[in-house]
Amino acid sequence: MSLLEVKDLSKRFGGVVAVDSCSLSVPAGSITGLIGPNGSGKTTIFNLVTGFIAPDGGEVHFKTRSIAGLGPDRIYALGIGRTFQLARIFPRLTALENMLVPVRRAGLRALLSQGQWGHEKERAMEMLAFMDISQVAGTLGGALSYGQRKLLELAAVMMAGPELVLLDEPAGGVNPALLERIAERIRQLNQQGTTFLLVEHNMGFVMNLCHEVVVVHQGRAIAKGNPREVRENPAVLDAYLGT
Amino acid sequence: MSGTRTLAITPGRVTALKGLAMLLVAILALILPLIAPDPATTGMAVFTVMYIGLASAWNIMGGYTGYISLGHAAFFGFGAYSFGLMINHLNMAPGYLPFVLVPVAGLLTAALAVGIGWVALRTRAATFVIVTIAFMFMLQLLGENLVKLTGGGAGLALPYSHDWGGDFFNIPYYYAMLALAVLTIGVSWWIRRSKFGLGLLAIRDDEDKALAVGVPTRSFKLTAFVISAVLVGMIGAVYAYYVTYLYPQFAFDPLIGISMVLMAFLGGLGTVSGPVIGALLLEPAQMEFAYRFGASRLYLVFYAAVFLIVILLLPRGIVPSVADLVHSWRRRRQAGPTAGGSRNAPVSAGEEPPATAQQRLASP
Amino acid sequence: MTLVIEAAVLGVLTGGVYALMASGLTLIFGVMRIINVGHGALVVLGAYLSFALFRSLHMDPFLSLVVTMPVMFALGVVLQLVFIRPLKTDREALSVLVTYALALGIEGVLGYVFTTNFVELRAWYETASFEVFGFHITWVYVFGFALCLTILGALFLMLYRTSFGGAIRATMLNRTAAQLIGVDVDRVAAIAFGIGVATAAAGGVVFGITNAFNPGSHYDLISRLLTIIVLGGLGSLRGAVIAALIMLVSEDITQVLISPVWANFVFFVILVVILIVRPQGLYGVRVRDRI
Repeated sequence: MSLLEVKDLSKRFGGVVAVDSCSLSVPAGSITGLIGPNGSGKTTIFNLVTGFIAPDGGEVHFKTRSIAGLGPDRIYALGIGRTFQLARIFPRLTALENMLVPVRRAGLRALLSQGQWGHEKERAMEMLAFMDISQVAGTLGGALSYGQRKLLELAAVMMAGPELVLLDEPAGGVNPALLERIAERIRQLNQQGTTFLLVEHNMGFVMNLCHEVVVVHQGRAIAKGNPREVRENPAVLDAYLGT
Repeated sequence: MSGTRTLAITPGRVTALKGLAMLLVAILALILPLIAPDPATTGMAVFTVMYIGLASAWNIMGGYTGYISLGHAAFFGFGAYSFGLMINHLNMAPGYLPFVLVPVAGLLTAALAVGIGWVALRTRAATFVIVTIAFMFMLQLLGENLVKLTGGGAGLALPYSHDWGGDFFNIPYYYAMLALAVLTIGVSWWIRRSKFGLGLLAIRDDEDKALAVGVPTRSFKLTAFVISAVLVGMIGAVYAYYVTYLYPQFAFDPLIGISMVLMAFLGGLGTVSGPVIGALLLEPAQMEFAYRFGASRLYLVFYAAVFLIVILLLPRGIVPSVADLVHSWRRRRQAGPTAGGSRNAPVSAGEEPPATAQQRLASP
Repeated sequence: MTLVIEAAVLGVLTGGVYALMASGLTLIFGVMRIINVGHGALVVLGAYLSFALFRSLHMDPFLSLVVTMPVMFALGVVLQLVFIRPLKTDREALSVLVTYALALGIEGVLGYVFTTNFVELRAWYETASFEVFGFHITWVYVFGFALCLTILGALFLMLYRTSFGGAIRATMLNRTAAQLIGVDVDRVAAIAFGIGVATAAAGGVVFGITNAFNPGSHYDLISRLLTIIVLGGLGSLRGAVIAALIMLVSEDITQVLISPVWANFVFFVILVVILIVRPQGLYGVRVRDRI
């Protein structure tokens, strides 16, 4: 069963077609990779799925619901989390506070939730420990190293227990040792039940980690399958080599 | 985990010291009219406490979310006029009873703030500033033009109690303002520690990222805006009762709007105590200057100078700067393995001192 | 009906002045991403400089621009260097406050030097008028309009026909990219601020001839100018010019159709409508930063 189902999704910016009736699905429990040359529309698909931009046409289904057109906060509340390219965290909040920002359902309860941090703080500390960054819990986000930010962003997005997490270049700009740690953590979280959809340029990382790979070219999904199949698909080679 | 423990010890002492200071200030504020009953002092106290409330209320929006409103005088004036019109139309006898109208004026201001906020918050940072300014002038203009209702430029007279003569006149207003200031500080403190408040700070840092982790930014911003406006509106209502005569250009005074901003900035944006300290320092000085140089408008130059000095030399405000000093001093003495070792992080305006942030979360 | 047409013509003529003043403001925003809340005060300062030259040397207000525009340009550059450039963090918010403070400072100094009494710039064309198709038009509006067109024209020529203008436009589009292709963005910012302030001086003269003013006049001015640039779309010169014309024409028409006291109000009504319908303004680009 697929957790996320994207059908005929389209988005144009002015005259440029960024996503062109793209269809893809993310099986529940999988780690699915979204690959494609630069400018092929991967990040736009992320932004469409997470509600940062409204699609011009097409459908997005999460579990049984249609989520196209909802705002990012609603979509997060439904159980889809995301990270950004270049790791975005809140620079003037401590790492621990960064962990406590994510909320599944807010509203008046958030206003009245004085002093109810106990349980969540525990969970946040566990999560930081899981990522091996609990030593920086009290450090301001802005003072963390790039690698620490990456880990923190991933840790924070897990706080509200999303079922699906979209990772935008989780391996971008990190050293090999950290890369291995990030891959390992994603794998562990996946084993605990979280489904991942990730955009990545590092092919080794993708081939290693993903169960399923979708190739996007010029705004369309042109191929899919397990990593080996995709690697051997001539259409994919064409897309990458531009022949 | 060890980092949390090492840090949690010393902030305890800081908290105790803070508590003691707060207690002293509270006692002093309560008995002030007994120590210095002369109208000159109590009059200054009324305005100082008023600005403590205004700056703290403004900070709930401007400091926590980073959305700078330069038009909060709109809510001040609106609260003032609502109060004035109600007391006149209800033919209320002056005395203590009309103070019950203050929360009513607050509710009316809430309705206005929902409308203004709904429109203004469709825009981000730069445009938001402009829109708040525009709304303030719009209300000022309404105050001038709706002559039948407000009396226009000729002003609106309010009844005042003849029983409260001499030294006593300022005192009921002083306590009313004090109550509102305490309420505002309490609300501000509460918000700062709530999930809602953390969401607001997240919006200040990175609004899109906040959206991505489920913070309903639209409703959070609007809620903060309305809370902030209501408090300002109630303070405006007491102001109206106190000055007994309202003119559009004084009730909707851009200077009132900018004063609260300056005070919050001076003390430290986004901190609970900052606006209080800013108002305590600035308002008496401002009144002294306005009194001495009012006719020549030179006090505006003084005001501008303070403003420029604060922003250029102390852009983060007094409280965060002092907190940093204390912190680096403590670090030097401790010289142990503390969390992260990144306390002297690059910092910018409006950040809560790291130690406080740590300690807040370290307590259950 | 003739009244309405006359009002519309007057609206266009006065709209030219606002277009000029608003262009300076939106130019500064476009280049530096700061809102110069002191722009109104700089306009009033320009008017007072011309007033002083008129009072002491009997210099014609329009002619005095030869002196005041370079002076104001220099002042603008200095203000940018001293007060705006040092802002490192949180520029957008802090610059609003800094320029607000500058406005207060200017108001205070002008109040001290010139008192708060209303004054007006005087010249023969202030009252002399001529007639076209049965409409009486005062010369000053025509001269003012022509002046504003000239300066606006020069501004556009500079922006679109010179290499420095290219640097300004590049900076407006993308500061970092401009830096990468070798534009000295700090220098561009200082000069753009100077240009913006110089146009304020020119606007100030026309404003000062057509209106009585005092040091406090800047509040009213800035609230109008800010509304205009929001309507036009922040950072868009074309938008500012068109928005100024729309605003002033609707204001003047309201004045004859409804009442002068509500004329000002039209500004705000239009602002509210535009914010609901199109928050980015007529020519603005919707900003959704850094997704």
